[in-house]
Amino acid sequence: MAPLFQANNLVMQFGGLTAVNKVSMSIEKGEIVGLIGPNGAGKTTVFNIITGVYRPTSGSLIFNGRNITGLRPDQVAKLGIARTFQNIRLFRDLTVQENVEIGYHLRIHSGPWRAVLRTPKYVAEEKMIKERASQLLAQVGLVEYRHEKAGALPYGAQRRLEIARALATNPRLLLLDEPAAGMNPNEGLELMAFLREIRKQFDLTILLIEHDMRVVMGICERIYVLDYGTLIAEGTPEQIQKNPKVIQAYLGVDDSVRD
Amino acid sequence: MTLTEFLQHMANGVSLGSLYALIAIGYTMVYGILRLINFAHGDIFMIAAYVAFFGIGIFSLPWWVSFILAVVITAFIGALIERAGYRPLRNSPRISVLISAIGISFLLENLGLVLFGGRPKAFYRPPVFAQVFLVKGVAVQVLTIYIPLVTIVLLACLLYLVHKTKTGMAMRACSRDFETARLMAINVDRIVSVTFVVGSALAAVGGIMWSLKFPQIHPLMGIFPGLKCFIAAVLGGIGNITGAVIGGFILGILEIMLVAFFPALSGYRDAFAFVILILILLFRPTGILGETMAEKV
Amino acid sequence: MKQTTKSLLTLATVILFFTVLYFANKYLDPYKLIILTLCGINVVLGLSMNLINGFTGQFSLGHAGFMAVGAYTAALLTMPPEVKEMNWFAVPMWPPLHDLCWPFFLAVIMGGLVAAFFGFLIGIPVLRLRGDYLAIATLGFAEVIRVVIINVKPLTNGALGLKAIPVVTDVFWAWGAAVLTIFLMIRLINSSYGLALKSINSDEIAAEAMGVNLFYHKMLSFVLSSFLAGVGGALLGGLLGTVDPTMFTFLMTFNILLIVVLGGLGSITGSVIGAVFVTILMEWLRIVESPVDLGFVQIPGIPGMRMVIFSFLLVLVIIFYQQGLLGRRELTWEGIFNLLRQVQERFKKRNKDKSVPSSEVG
Repeated sequence: MAPLFQANNLVMQFGGLTAVNKVSMSIEKGEIVGLIGPNGAGKTTVFNIITGVYRPTSGSLIFNGRNITGLRPDQVAKLGIARTFQNIRLFRDLTVQENVEIGYHLRIHSGPWRAVLRTPKYVAEEKMIKERASQLLAQVGLVEYRHEKAGALPYGAQRRLEIARALATNPRLLLLDEPAAGMNPNEGLELMAFLREIRKQFDLTILLIEHDMRVVMGICERIYVLDYGTLIAEGTPEQIQKNPKVIQAYLGVDDSVRD
Repeated sequence: MTLTEFLQHMANGVSLGSLYALIAIGYTMVYGILRLINFAHGDIFMIAAYVAFFGIGIFSLPWWVSFILAVVITAFIGALIERAGYRPLRNSPRISVLISAIGISFLLENLGLVLFGGRPKAFYRPPVFAQVFLVKGVAVQVLTIYIPLVTIVLLACLLYLVHKTKTGMAMRACSRDFETARLMAINVDRIVSVTFVVGSALAAVGGIMWSLKFPQIHPLMGIFPGLKCFIAAVLGGIGNITGAVIGGFILGILEIMLVAFFPALSGYRDAFAFVILILILLFRPTGILGETMAEKV
Repeated sequence: MKQTTKSLLTLATVILFFTVLYFANKYLDPYKLIILTLCGINVVLGLSMNLINGFTGQFSLGHAGFMAVGAYTAALLTMPPEVKEMNWFAVPMWPPLHDLCWPFFLAVIMGGLVAAFFGFLIGIPVLRLRGDYLAIATLGFAEVIRVVIINVKPLTNGALGLKAIPVVTDVFWAWGAAVLTIFLMIRLINSSYGLALKSINSDEIAAEAMGVNLFYHKMLSFVLSSFLAGVGGALLGGLLGTVDPTMFTFLMTFNILLIVVLGGLGSITGSVIGAVFVTILMEWLRIVESPVDLGFVQIPGIPGMRMVIFSFLLVLVIIFYQQGLLGRRELTWEGIFNLLRQVQERFKKRNKDKSVPSSEVG
């Protein structure tokens, strides 16, 4: 069976700077894959290319048998790739419920006129959205916050809401940008359980960027390592932990050893 | 069109362009540091003209004293506007600051109407600037030569300030990153004030020379030059001083040439700049010399 | 509170309001009636600007231009042929215009549609721009529209403007349009589309990642806003009986901006209150511009003083009370009843406080 997602030789140049250089990846349906690397390695840039924020200088993206290179972010989202952001980007002044409802907006087929006139078709769609949003919030344990403003939520709940909002678009592939950032070890464990749970419930495939190695090694089935925009290793957590190139990338070259 | 006619239009374009350039510098400096379209900048230009006018007309000062005074007072007013109207909104959404700028612009224009009256006033043109000399039978005003010269000298001083002095370095740091500049112990508020002083002083010089060239002043005289100079700044690449000057020259020359070559379109002269704006924003939003400022995702 | 109760209350208020308008129309003097009509038109204009600037967060300053398009379209469509002949004495009129003479209602709608079409054309290049560039580009387009109106004389009669346009707009037209606009806005903003617009306002990048087509939704908001501005312009022309290019300068946009900022960017009821407040204040402040005769001393009027006060007001509000009257909140029936209840409780408390010392005395 063909993989769910494939990136072929992605290159991204900003002016003279090559941020991503010939990166190829392949993700099977149902996998949880990690993308790690030192700061500035180009991980978030890869996410931005996949989700259509940047158009790659060269290379192609195949998702679900379809070439999605150069599509706009909203088109990519409609096809079933959702994401979260490194620095949480919630709609802070909207309520938790509304944040999730926006994720469902792309499933509305009635035009704006029907919405204004509240035709039966639109009313039915809206009802469905509201029900599903409430249901989703219950599933991720945020139902108590429903009517709170998203910006007023505690940090951990905000991270969770961002994931819930992404789930509302009904993705097949979920991209998480440092989901465990700022969490203590206990919260990290909770997050891992949460991710496994939603993978099962929503039939997801997950690609995640993470610096917290316990989370990465604990949950990822396969890991890609990026350094200076180039892939330097790929493999299971055990293989990655032993890979000398990876160790070197993270710790730098020890001069005393080299001499 | 004969060659001499063309050269005359060119000279006119260059002198109009250098006026645009002087005002555009203020826009570009403020935008570079605060990311704000200082709507009131065009009105600053008007204030300078009136201060000079009253200095000569009411206080009977020699014209040069009056001009210098106008530049100093205008620079001070520029800094005052920033202090009162923009600084309290430093951490507010950009839209709020923009609204404040629009409000201040309207305030200055209408204060002008109330204090100076709505009727245009004749601006005194000192004899030195009124001279005309002949080049190959074509009459050329000395002003047409003086204006670009003054602009070039001021530009040189400004570039020295920005690139060779400590204050200039601080300015460049602020335009890169406010927070980091603050962490580097740069007094950001002082730098912003300096920026407004310098920008307003240049606009004042522009306003005085404008009034010498078109010797009729009016409280609303700053609106259109103001908008056009912002466009010149965008054309050159906003945030870039040399770019603003280049943009000013290009806009001035294009405008004069449009009217010279297509007299039928002269009614559209004021609309022309906006058409240019749309074209740049569509095809080269960074302007001629600008760098990309992509939003971080 | 139940949805049906609220709907009934709203319906009752609307009926009551139009009854009041009916009597106002009968007994108020013409000057006050014009102000009341202007209030209605300004409600339409305020909501139009709030849709794009407040709810969608796209700072557009092109309203005067769209109003001009609407006003000229409606005027050209409603003027009878003999009035047109009277207007175009300097240059010949574009012949197809001569015999057009539409009913007012259709002309107003057409004014809105033509403005919306212009909005669409302008939106294609402009809506891709970032916030502050959008402001200056839309401002520029409004100015271009004005310059074109001055220059295309066979169509617009140039700087002379159009005179003796049939005066049709009255309180019912203006407030009818206002109520319809309020209804439209409430329905739109509370729908899934409204949510999408708010999400763009909140964070464009996140909205796009959630599948919101930025360009489509911004365009939807911009075109609808242009339509409403066109309708407002058409109604204004039909009230004043004359339109000319000087009416539609940036000053016009500034007045609407004032309404929206005072009422609260992102509040429908705020814009309604702001529109009424600003319109009445604008007329009331004519006092400062007219000479005052105190018998022993005469103070000359200061023309332009009103705008000094208004621009000062705008700056003060944005610096000290940025969210305006209502911010992003709305005046709802629940809100009103809660307020009433609180007032009632406070009264009870005060009565109790009063009764305590009196009993001691007794």
